[in-house]
Amino acid sequence: MQRIGVFVCWCGSNIAGTVDVQAVSEALKNEPGVVFSANYQYMCSQAGQNMIIDAVKEHNLTGIVVCSCSPRMHEATFRKTAATAGLNPYMVEIANIREQCSWVHKDMLTGTEKAIILGKAAVAKVNLNTPLVAGETPVTKRALVIGGGIAGIQTALDIAEAGFPVDIVETKPTIGGKMAQLDKTFPTLDCAACILTPKMVDVAQNENIRIFSYSEVTEVKGFVGNFDVTVKKKARYVNEDICTGCGACVEKCPMKKVPNEFNLGMDNRSAIYIPFAQAVPKVATIDPNHCNMLKNGRCGVCSKVCAAGAIDYKQQDEYIQEKYGAIVVATGFNPISMDKFDEYAYNQSKDVITSLEFERLTNAAGPTAGKLLRPSDLKHPHTIVFVQCVGSRCASCAEKGKEYCSKICCMYTAKHAMLTRDKYPDTEVYVFYIDVRTPGKSFDEFYRRAVEEYGVHYIKGMVGKVFPEGDKLKVQASDLLNNKQLHIDADLVVLAAAIEPDKSARPLATMLTASMDTNDFFTEAHPKLRPVESPTAGVFLSGTCQGPKDIPETVSQASAAAAKVVSLLVKDKLKGNPCVASSDELMCNGCSSCERVCPYGAITYEDKEFRMPNRTVAIRRVAKVNPAVCQGCGCCTVVCPSGAMDLRGFANRQIIAEVDAICK
Amino acid sequence: MQKITRDLLVEKAVSLLENGTVDMVLGWKKGEFDYDITPAVFADADSLKDFVFDDFCGANFSKYLISNTKKTASKVLVFLKPCDTYSFNQLLTEHRFDREKVYAVGIPCDGMVDIHKIRAISGEGIAKIECGEKITVSTIYDETVNIEKADVLAERCVTCKSKKHVAYDELLGEDGEVLESARFDEVEKLESMTADERFEFWQGELSRCIRCNACRDVCPACTCEKCVFDNPASPVENKAAANSFEEKMFHIIRAFHVAGRCTDCGECSRVCPQHIPLHLLNRKFIKDIDNFYGEYQAGEEVGSRAPLVNYTTEDLEPGEAVEGR
Repeated sequence: MQRIGVFVCWCGSNIAGTVDVQAVSEALKNEPGVVFSANYQYMCSQAGQNMIIDAVKEHNLTGIVVCSCSPRMHEATFRKTAATAGLNPYMVEIANIREQCSWVHKDMLTGTEKAIILGKAAVAKVNLNTPLVAGETPVTKRALVIGGGIAGIQTALDIAEAGFPVDIVETKPTIGGKMAQLDKTFPTLDCAACILTPKMVDVAQNENIRIFSYSEVTEVKGFVGNFDVTVKKKARYVNEDICTGCGACVEKCPMKKVPNEFNLGMDNRSAIYIPFAQAVPKVATIDPNHCNMLKNGRCGVCSKVCAAGAIDYKQQDEYIQEKYGAIVVATGFNPISMDKFDEYAYNQSKDVITSLEFERLTNAAGPTAGKLLRPSDLKHPHTIVFVQCVGSRCASCAEKGKEYCSKICCMYTAKHAMLTRDKYPDTEVYVFYIDVRTPGKSFDEFYRRAVEEYGVHYIKGMVGKVFPEGDKLKVQASDLLNNKQLHIDADLVVLAAAIEPDKSARPLATMLTASMDTNDFFTEAHPKLRPVESPTAGVFLSGTCQGPKDIPETVSQASAAAAKVVSLLVKDKLKGNPCVASSDELMCNGCSSCERVCPYGAITYEDKEFRMPNRTVAIRRVAKVNPAVCQGCGCCTVVCPSGAMDLRGFANRQIIAEVDAICK
Repeated sequence: MQKITRDLLVEKAVSLLENGTVDMVLGWKKGEFDYDITPAVFADADSLKDFVFDDFCGANFSKYLISNTKKTASKVLVFLKPCDTYSFNQLLTEHRFDREKVYAVGIPCDGMVDIHKIRAISGEGIAKIECGEKITVSTIYDETVNIEKADVLAERCVTCKSKKHVAYDELLGEDGEVLESARFDEVEKLESMTADERFEFWQGELSRCIRCNACRDVCPACTCEKCVFDNPASPVENKAAANSFEEKMFHIIRAFHVAGRCTDCGECSRVCPQHIPLHLLNRKFIKDIDNFYGEYQAGEEVGSRAPLVNYTTEDLEPGEAVEGR
């Protein structure tokens, strides 16, 4: 029989405001096994923890129930307390009477009743708890960064700086990501390339960093400290080790009519290409969908002009297997498609563009060599209308837009407007907005400058319709402050399209068993206190894969993620989770159901001899769990028809005991 | 089509025993009454004189292979009707016996009969039944009744899902096709009831249960080394008989345990002495799995990944499953 102590926390007024904590500790006194019950203002405080330690010693407690906040918050705290008091840390159960009780109930009576029931369930479980001991596993001292944008670059550089090898996997032929496409960056207006490309070179030159460009992660197995990852290096038909990036092939390639994705299709590139001059690695790539040699065997020019002999039309996709201790997700974002926003005539007029396209139009390395010319007739636009929140903060139009604020648009639009007025003072610039959001260091000053010094017309209101007429774009909008309808004849309309996570994020999350929110942004382990860790151990988040962010924030988070990775990789061994599955081989049928549902590949089978009656021996196929690989998710225990598979710390009997205590 | 007769099967068994292919035959023999046919193991040609085969030979032998293949160093001969072959494959998927130790002979089937339906026509006091073109029933009151087989087919044969064998080493006669079956009609009727009506229906049916365990013992999906209901360490062991609500739990838990693995062979309802339509519970699961995850027939292929033990990114989310009802 256990000797259980119950400790009810007030959490200040967080719990005590809606739960009669005195009544809870009194009621739980009478539960089977309970020999001590008390309540205290802050159980997690030093004084509260000492109260637990003293009670363990005084009453010879064998188990502890803490009625407090979510176990995600303080289970680890109280396990440590139990260990200090000389108890096995797994003899602690948390009854969550805050998030699942006091915070959701308004009425003291019902709140108290529920808190007592939750406490009873925890007591019922502790009665069946057994001490558990965690095993140890070694840590592979190498990190994987998925995504080679500014987030991935910064994370990789910081990890490499700490002395650990890092691999970057990037789907594009070059690293650099979205930042490489930008012109200037707010609020200081330094050019994106000037601050990004030196970092890209650092990555290329760092001995601890390997770049797998034009590659993708296809399989992830294993667990924190020991991930097994398969990376597919797509055939680029150019030997990366030999190519010097001289560009002779690009120049001579006869197929020059391929839409250039780096310039968002606003100009063309050749079938063999280097995305931009500062690409890293600076290696050519053949686009198999447009190369005549690959499509029908008629060409071969690039091979003839390549002095290094790097062209290899027979190159195959290559699969690389590597072990990693930690994985950082830095898959980034894309602007959403404008296809569903017919009201802005994006698909009807070449002169309705997105903000990212505007970046390319003003970039010295862009399709117009930095001259602001409108795409349809390459004339200088004299009236430009910027539309904010296209698809952002769009609760009513969830089928085409996003509910959230994309966060970066207010600032980059202020930047676009300011730079346009600075370079082309003869241009009238209108910005239509819902609100202007500029929280950030020097952000509001920046926006005020655009309005006050550069004379940008900021108009509160939304654009209702844009339609091409002659060589003008007719813009119909409302000015909410003056309560007026506006009609503007614009030459160029720029849409601040909402941003969304890259499409590769969802399948990657599945591979990593990392959770996502409804918008496909990765979920952090705690929104405030663990913002760069995913709830899946060993998986970290960097940049916009976790939520919309500007460059300064992305870089801070990237370095934070690197710090977390480093603090994991410096450890030689990791304490495992003892709450893992195990199979009772006397009851196992060997049916393979558990093996099929195990997301971690932790279950194998072996033929085992069993002594049977009359000195006979039977050989049966039975399941075996690798406790180092098992993450304790419990899927196997659910499918096991005979109940042979059970989860330590969450045994079927314990769970049913909790249910019984609740339903009693 | 070659008519499958008792003599044909015995001849096949004798030749396989004599040429050493097998050293054990799973077959049927007569019990107390003509209609009371039980599975039997025949070890030699002589014992095959007791072998019977008629319209009452409904028993599915696949489950018997688990224990009997362990008893022989050679092979076991088993006769499988089309529906039995699905259970056969399902057990192979679950690694429950060694395929190398089985010689499976597929036999076409035109349906088995239900003694309860016969009795409803002939009345009590059945003394003798002859199966032929028609079913001839003689009673102890010296009455003789001729019954059309079609009128007394077992429910599972009326709604037969397949005349096609999905596994065999040798096939006698010709193979049939997978059929369009109306087997979910009854389930749909239950679905159209209100929750209260449905509760009342199952309360009425399941309260007759005497926990004889016949359904569990005959079920080819119930092959656990130790059933959770017999295991004192299991949390459900004492959950099946505590009160009038919990007595239903045995069948509900059993239906969950065989979900995705049940081939709908119908043995549970055939053997139930209380005539509880247990197959309806399983068919509800099968229908839901078909609806939610696409058509799936357990046992159609060996090694297939049943939807409930498989994960694909196309799987529907829990909320959608409720809406899709």
